[in-house]
Amino acid sequence: MLTFLAYFVATIFLIGFLSRIFVYARSPAPLKIPTTPAPTTRLGVIWRLVTEVVFFNSLFKSDKLAWAGGLAFHATLAVVLIRHARYFVDPMPAFVGPLQIIGIVAGVVMAAALAFLLLRRLVFERVRYISSRADYGILFLLLGIAFSGLLMDFVLRPNIVAIKTQLMTMWSSVTGLPPVNSAGDVMFLLHLLLVGALLVIFPFSKLMHAGGLFFSPTRNQVDNPREKRHVAPWAKALD
Amino acid sequence: MAHLAPYPGMPKHMEPMGFPGERVENWQQKGVEKLGELLKKYRSLQVYLDICVKCGACTDKCHYYLGTQDANNMPVQRAELMRSVYRRYFTPAGKMFPGLVNAVDFDEETLQKWFTYFHQCSQCRRCSVFCPFGIDTAEITMAAREIMNAIGVGHKYSVEIIGKVHQIGNNLGIPKPALKGTLEFLEEEILDSTGHDVRLPLDQPGADVLLVAPSADFFSEPHIQSLMGYAKVFHQAGISFTISSYASEAANFGMFIGSYEHQKKIAKRVVEQARDLKVKRLVVGECGHAWRVAYSFWNTLNGPLDFLDPRYPAPQHICEFTHDLLQRGALSLDKEANDNYRVTFHDSCNVARATRMGPKAGGQFEIPRDLIRASCNHFVDMDEDTIHEKTFCCGGGGGLLTDELMDLRIRGALPRVTALKRVMESDKVNFMALICAICKAQFSKVLPMYGISMDVVGGVHQLVSNAIQLGAKKGVV
Repeated sequence: MLTFLAYFVATIFLIGFLSRIFVYARSPAPLKIPTTPAPTTRLGVIWRLVTEVVFFNSLFKSDKLAWAGGLAFHATLAVVLIRHARYFVDPMPAFVGPLQIIGIVAGVVMAAALAFLLLRRLVFERVRYISSRADYGILFLLLGIAFSGLLMDFVLRPNIVAIKTQLMTMWSSVTGLPPVNSAGDVMFLLHLLLVGALLVIFPFSKLMHAGGLFFSPTRNQVDNPREKRHVAPWAKALD
Repeated sequence: MAHLAPYPGMPKHMEPMGFPGERVENWQQKGVEKLGELLKKYRSLQVYLDICVKCGACTDKCHYYLGTQDANNMPVQRAELMRSVYRRYFTPAGKMFPGLVNAVDFDEETLQKWFTYFHQCSQCRRCSVFCPFGIDTAEITMAAREIMNAIGVGHKYSVEIIGKVHQIGNNLGIPKPALKGTLEFLEEEILDSTGHDVRLPLDQPGADVLLVAPSADFFSEPHIQSLMGYAKVFHQAGISFTISSYASEAANFGMFIGSYEHQKKIAKRVVEQARDLKVKRLVVGECGHAWRVAYSFWNTLNGPLDFLDPRYPAPQHICEFTHDLLQRGALSLDKEANDNYRVTFHDSCNVARATRMGPKAGGQFEIPRDLIRASCNHFVDMDEDTIHEKTFCCGGGGGLLTDELMDLRIRGALPRVTALKRVMESDKVNFMALICAICKAQFSKVLPMYGISMDVVGGVHQLVSNAIQLGAKKGVV
C-alpha cells in the first residue's frame, strides 16, 4: 500500500512539476522586459538569480519581516532535507553524519519560522486581507510536517532502524510496510502522508514558485536590447 | 467615487483599431479564449499568474494604493482579479474546488472590476522591483487591457490617441502645417532671446539625426522649453537634425493597451522615416514610456537598426546625446543661469525600471543627474526610497492621463508629492526636473491641488537650455 502510494506521489510530483516547467520554458518572451537596473551580461544575470534564490535580495528591499521569516524557513528546510538523506541513502553519505545536530536545530528553527509566517499572515491587516484558504492550508501542511518530524526527534521516537530497512526495500518490493508498533511509528506514517500531500499539490499550487522564479523575464533577461535583436517565433510572423 | 473609472471606447474609436465596436455577445467565452491565447504568447503572464505566493511584500508599494487605500490597488490584489479567473478556467484546482483557491467566473461583476482596476494601474513596475520573483503587474495589466479590447470593452482615451497616430502621425493630432508653424515660431523665439539662429528643421533629408520627441513637446508648457533645449544642443554641437512630420511622435500608447501589433505599427513610422530621410542617428526626446519602447522594443519590433551609424547607440536618449557631448567638451554650460533654482530630480518610472542610458547599469539615474549638476549649482535628491528604481510614478502614466480619472491622478501623485514637499521644506527646492512628457503634464495639473505652483516642474533640457552658452565653442561632430 505504502509502496503504491509512494510511487503515486512521486509520479504526480515529477510529471506535474516537469510539465509546468516545460510550459514555462516553451512559452515565448516576445519583448525584453528586465526590471532595470539589470545586468548587461549573461553572467551578471546568473549572479542576479543567485542573489535572489540564496539571499532573497528583492524581498529584503521590500519587507524585512517576510524576508527574515521566509529566508529562515527556506534555509532551514534545505538543511533539514539534506539531513534526511540518512533515511533514504544506504550507505549514508559521510557528510550527512555531522549534520545531525545542525539538522535538528534547523528543524526547530524551521517550525518557528513557519509559525512566525503564519502569525504574520494573521496579524498584519494587509497580508491577512490577501490570504486565501489555500495560503493557510499550505502553511498548516508545512507546520504539520515540521511538528510531526520534531515530535519524532524529541518525544515519540519511532523504530527508525526498522523503518529505514523497510524504506530501502520499498522501491523494489510492494509488500514492504514500515512497522507500526508504537505511537512513534504512527507519527512517522502521519509525517510521511503529510509530505505526500504536499508533493501532490506542489505542481498545482503557488509552490511552483520554486521552479517558476527561474523563468521570470524581469529577473532572467539580459539588459541588451539595443545590442541584440530579440524576436519571438510568433512575432516573427508579423514582420 | 467619481473620477476613478475611465470612459469606455465608442465604436468610432474601437473599430478603426481592429477591435469590436461594442461588447461582443459571447464576451465571456471570447475573453477566456483570449486569456488562453495570451498565456501561450507571453511567458511573463503564464509564470506570473502561477507563482505568486501572496507574501504581501508588494501590498504597500503601489502609489495608487498609497493614495486611495483601496485594497484592489495592492499589486497582489490587482493581479488576483486576473488570477482568480485564470484559476477557474485554466487550473485543475480552480476547476474542481473554486471556493478553496478563490477561483471566480469571468462574469459581469468581474469584468467591471477589471475595467476599473486595470485602469488604475500605470504600469510603472514599482511592484516588480520589490517582488521576490519580479512579478510585473504591468504585464498583467497589459494582458487585461488586451483581453478587454478583444471583447469590445476598451478605454476611450488610449484607443482614441492611437487612432490619431495612425491617421495623423502623433498623439495630439497635430497636422504638418501646424507643426511647421510652431517650429518656425520657436526659431524666432530663440533668435529673439539669444541672438542665435538656432534651427528646428522639419522633414530635412540627409540630416545627421532624426529627433523623435513626444508631441506634447511641440505645444505644451513646460514641455516646449525642453524642445528648445534640444535644438540649442544640436546647434551648439554643430550636428544637423530634423524632426519628421510623419513620425512626429515618440510616445507609443500601443504599449499601454498591451498590443504588440499596435506598438509595432506605431514604432514602424519612426524607423521608416529614419530610412527615408537617410539619417545616421535616432535620438529620442524626454518621454518615459517612449524611451522604454525605443530602447527596449524598437530593435525587436522593427529592427535591426543596422542602417544607422554603428558608433552611436541606436536609438539614443537625448540625455545620453547631450551627456556625450558634454563629456567630449562640446558644450559650455553656465550653472549660474539657473541660480534661481534649487533643483531635485524625479526618476520617471519607465526610464528608471525598464530602460538604461549609457553603457553601465544604472546609467539612467546618473546621466540625467550629471546633466542637472552641470547645469545648475543647487541639486538635491529626494528620499532614497522614492528615487532610482524605487521611484514613484507621477500618477498619470500608463494611459491614465485623462480628465475623467482626475481624482485617481491626484491621489496617485500623493507619494511623490510627499517626498517633494519634504525637500521643498528642508532644502528650499523650487524646481523638480523631469524627463517625461506625461510626468510634466500630470504634475503641472496636479501639483496645484497640493498647493504647489505648476512652474515647479520642467524638463532637464529646460535647465540645459537656460545654461547653454551658444557660440562659446565650435562644437564637435
